Amino acid sequence: MPSRVRRDAAIQAEFVPASDQSLLVLFGREVRLESHQNVVKLLTSLQTETIEGIRNLHPAYCSLLIKFDPVKLDHNELQSRLVPRLARLEEMLPPTPRKIEIPVCYDEEFGPDLKDVATMHGMTLAQAIELHSSPTYTVYFLGFAPGFGYLGGLPKALASPRLATPRAKVPQGSVGIGGNQTAIYPFATPGGWRLIGRTPLAMFRRERTPMSLLQIGDQVRFRAISKEEFAELGAT
Amino acid sequence: MSAIVVEAPGLFTTVQDLGREGFGPLGVSASGAADAISLRIGNRLVGNPDGAPALEMTLVGGAFRFERPAVIAVSGSDFAPSLDGIALPMWSSVEVHQGQTLTFGPSRSGARAYLCVQGGIAVEAFLGSASTHVLSGLGGFQGRPLRKEDRLELGAANSRFRKRAASPRALESLQPRKILRITAGPQRDWFSEEAWRIFCEDVFRVTEQSNRMGVRLEGPAIPVKNPREMITEGVPLGAIQVPPLGQPIILFVEQQTTGGYPKIANVISADLHLVGQLRPRDEIRFRPVEMSEARALFLQQEALLGSKELINE
Repeated sequence: MPSRVRRDAAIQAEFVPASDQSLLVLFGREVRLESHQNVVKLLTSLQTETIEGIRNLHPAYCSLLIKFDPVKLDHNELQSRLVPRLARLEEMLPPTPRKIEIPVCYDEEFGPDLKDVATMHGMTLAQAIELHSSPTYTVYFLGFAPGFGYLGGLPKALASPRLATPRAKVPQGSVGIGGNQTAIYPFATPGGWRLIGRTPLAMFRRERTPMSLLQIGDQVRFRAISKEEFAELGAT
Repeated sequence: MSAIVVEAPGLFTTVQDLGREGFGPLGVSASGAADAISLRIGNRLVGNPDGAPALEMTLVGGAFRFERPAVIAVSGSDFAPSLDGIALPMWSSVEVHQGQTLTFGPSRSGARAYLCVQGGIAVEAFLGSASTHVLSGLGGFQGRPLRKEDRLELGAANSRFRKRAASPRALESLQPRKILRITAGPQRDWFSEEAWRIFCEDVFRVTEQSNRMGVRLEGPAIPVKNPREMITEGVPLGAIQVPPLGQPIILFVEQQTTGGYPKIANVISADLHLVGQLRPRDEIRFRPVEMSEARALFLQQEALLGSKELINE
């Protein structure tokens, strides 16, 4: 077994064996844009030029889980092949983020928890909507379900605890707040986040290239729309 | 005319292959057969590549009418298969004639059985795999479990029948066990020695809330040393996460690709197929091994699966 934690001088990465066929690369232990940039860079590097034996990559806030084929690689071998890559990350330019606008209808019909969120923070509905749709969010990673982007950058004044009992089925396109994160549910799935609106856009479509509307690193803004506009956009 | 008509779907029957690896960045988990080894052997018996799409049945099997002749093999747990009322041998290739009906009952052993057909079940691939991902309704047969009257097509086959059977000795060594071997998880140090001892020595029971996404266990609570918020990170297949109430969950083939609960341990690769055969109310235990041993066990298993001794022709 390789040393549980080993540091690389240049960019402070830690390697933790997560299972007998996966290695977790950690860039610090807090949610910071800088750590995330390193995740995106290493991900991009491995997607452009893979290491034989790597089977899957799971990016997150400040880590990248690398799944490998144990017949072809082990933790030590993978780690030693990653070290020179990490050294090169510093001079690597992160991909230019795309800008994505997502129309959201914050009507009570689509956002059954918006009132509670506003009340919790002593705001009017209009203030809560204004606050949610003004910042630029960063897609930290996709997880939970296909095309489900974890967006960072939620104003602190909107952070809200998850529901005590998750809903068995959240309607597709719902926009939710969970803790200090916000996200859009691409599919009708169970979910415990507070629902504040809904987008008529398809977040994930197998017939489209790329299938996922959001990609890691994207800069996202929400635009408040009326029920009429929701119906129009949804029909196209 | 279709090849197979579903007369009864069974409790939860889906099309599965060996899954779609490589789409973690899209938030898409690998999915695939819950007991990949049974799928692989079943496919070999009918002369298919290891990962040909087959039917995965859960706890209670279905009934399937063949409108065309086919070569099949049934693997995995014993769901009492019969062909036109006559008991069918498992783990061997069988010729099915046009008009015959293959019927399964409730399981007499583990959770899952596989029906492999020469040529494989033909469905449209999603991200390179025929596996059904139920949560998102993608892949497999219309992205969902089979229903009565569904009509299945088969892929191209050479349609030659060869008598093949899995060797009893190989099956013996791959037999379902209720002790799962584990390696320490990335948050092992979030748990005290006492918590680790409870985890490794006590018995856990599989609950009814278990499915292809995760196997939920109940047993003695496993307390986290200093409860604190964890930063969501990627989760490996077979990760055992411990939510605040202390009841572990084994993340399985249709897992979330990332998770925010501490992971005390991980089922070793060589035992992942055993997780796919766990039924509600089964009682299991965990036995820790070193990473190097886990790897050796996996390589040994792959060697057996690749050896000539696996199948008698």
